[in-house]
Amino acid sequence: MTKRRLEFRGVTKRFSSRKGDTVTAVTGLDFHIDDGEIVSIIGPSGCGKSTLLNMGSGLDPASEGEVFVDGELVTKPNAHVAFMLQKDLLLPWRTIRENVEFGLEVLHRAAPDRRKIALELLRKCRLSDFVDHYPHQLSGGMRQRAALARTLAVDPAVLLMDEPFSALDAQTKMVLQQDLGRTLAETGKTALFVTHDLVEAIALSHRVLVMSQRPGRIIREIVIDIPDMGNPMARRKHQKVGGYIAELMELLHIEEAVA
Amino acid sequence: MDIDLSDPLTRRMMALSGLLFVLFIAAWEWLPGLMKIPPFIIPPVSKVWSEFLRMMASEHLMYHTAITAMQVLVGFVLGMLLGMVVGFLLGMSPTAEFVLSPYILALQIAPKVAFAPLFVIWFGYTVYPKILVAILIVFFPVMVNVLGAVRSIDPDIVRLAKSFTANRFQIFRMIEFPASLGPLFAGLRIAATLAVIGVVVGELVGGNTGLGYLLTFGEGAGNTAMVFVSIIMLTIIGILLYGAIVIIENRVLHFMPARDRRGA
Repeated sequence: MTKRRLEFRGVTKRFSSRKGDTVTAVTGLDFHIDDGEIVSIIGPSGCGKSTLLNMGSGLDPASEGEVFVDGELVTKPNAHVAFMLQKDLLLPWRTIRENVEFGLEVLHRAAPDRRKIALELLRKCRLSDFVDHYPHQLSGGMRQRAALARTLAVDPAVLLMDEPFSALDAQTKMVLQQDLGRTLAETGKTALFVTHDLVEAIALSHRVLVMSQRPGRIIREIVIDIPDMGNPMARRKHQKVGGYIAELMELLHIEEAVA
Repeated sequence: MDIDLSDPLTRRMMALSGLLFVLFIAAWEWLPGLMKIPPFIIPPVSKVWSEFLRMMASEHLMYHTAITAMQVLVGFVLGMLLGMVVGFLLGMSPTAEFVLSPYILALQIAPKVAFAPLFVIWFGYTVYPKILVAILIVFFPVMVNVLGAVRSIDPDIVRLAKSFTANRFQIFRMIEFPASLGPLFAGLRIAATLAVIGVVVGELVGGNTGLGYLLTFGEGAGNTAMVFVSIIMLTIIGILLYGAIVIIENRVLHFMPARDRRGA
């Protein structure tokens, strides 16, 4: 049996609003992600996708139910999961290498180790020529690749990604999806990927989970039966993509919104 | 503040600036005489220079300048440290800021130099009233800028650090402190000029040391040239402090694009 990297068991999250009433963001979440699997979550705006990631990272506790990472109950931020957001959040006073080392520095890793890991990852992310540059000297796509290297540097069991490419232009986005797909396939990492982009979800993942309107719950699981995980660029052009998009559009009521 | 001497435009501008200085000195020397302005209103530059030499020889000018400079420096450093500590503490605790903000605002609005006579009553004709006024006057621009910097940090950066299991101290050391440096230096530039004002007002109010004392002494003796010399020495102290801050700032904030730094 493959190892379960991330597991949500009956998770509900409620917030109390300013007026004092409670809002249920997500409810009844029950799913798991196995080792080496890449799973996308897709759903309408405000369906609680980001809430779900925050609970996975241990930043926000679940109101009900439990979240497990590598079989351990998540109660606070831990070194098993690492986070990547739409904003690159690189620190402007650190060089690209120092930014990649950030998580390792928090974990008190020795400087030569940090340096070695950072340089290796920057090479994989095709940023070897920019290790000593500052973030403002890089383009948006390059900065996001550096953010990916920073996420991978702590060698997390699970990567949690919250629309990491949504601020980029269409072409840069495809290049970065390719980088991510290849890197995840090479390293065998497990990832939970939140996105708005249907094709991105299909191209990058083994499975797509579809969420409903708030209160968000998982209404469908679609297994993407397309080979070649390390090559999202090729997967995007696969003949089955159209069928999956049609299915997702129907589930998300996209056509009804136009009518 | 990056001056590129190889740029012909920069060299021309510097030449223009130097020419203006020569013109100014010449006007100062001869214009008052031509316009029949008596030397006790505006002493010509040569008279101010000879007064400077006389004060060096018989008025202990360097001693008084050193006293003033010391008070400015001590007041500046202590005011800066206090401003940083309070700025960080308030920045980290919205509750503390909410509770204390009316008092801080009141103290900020109160003209700090007006405290000088009070401090003289408390501490006598010593260096302490002058240093205290400088501390008080330096404190605010530093505190306000550090507080603002801590407040404007993207909360997602802090969340990211927390997801990497960073503790409170690491968040301060790796994020809040470095993020505050740009605004801190902007505050220090303002504070550098204010520190000189604070010390001079303290010296004007009471005591028998410092350039402020020479200033009032010159005024009492009807020695306008002496007043001019004192003002020039005070300006030099201010310029040196400001220049030192700009040099340190350029070292510390080297990661910032030059235009952002100048705008800060």
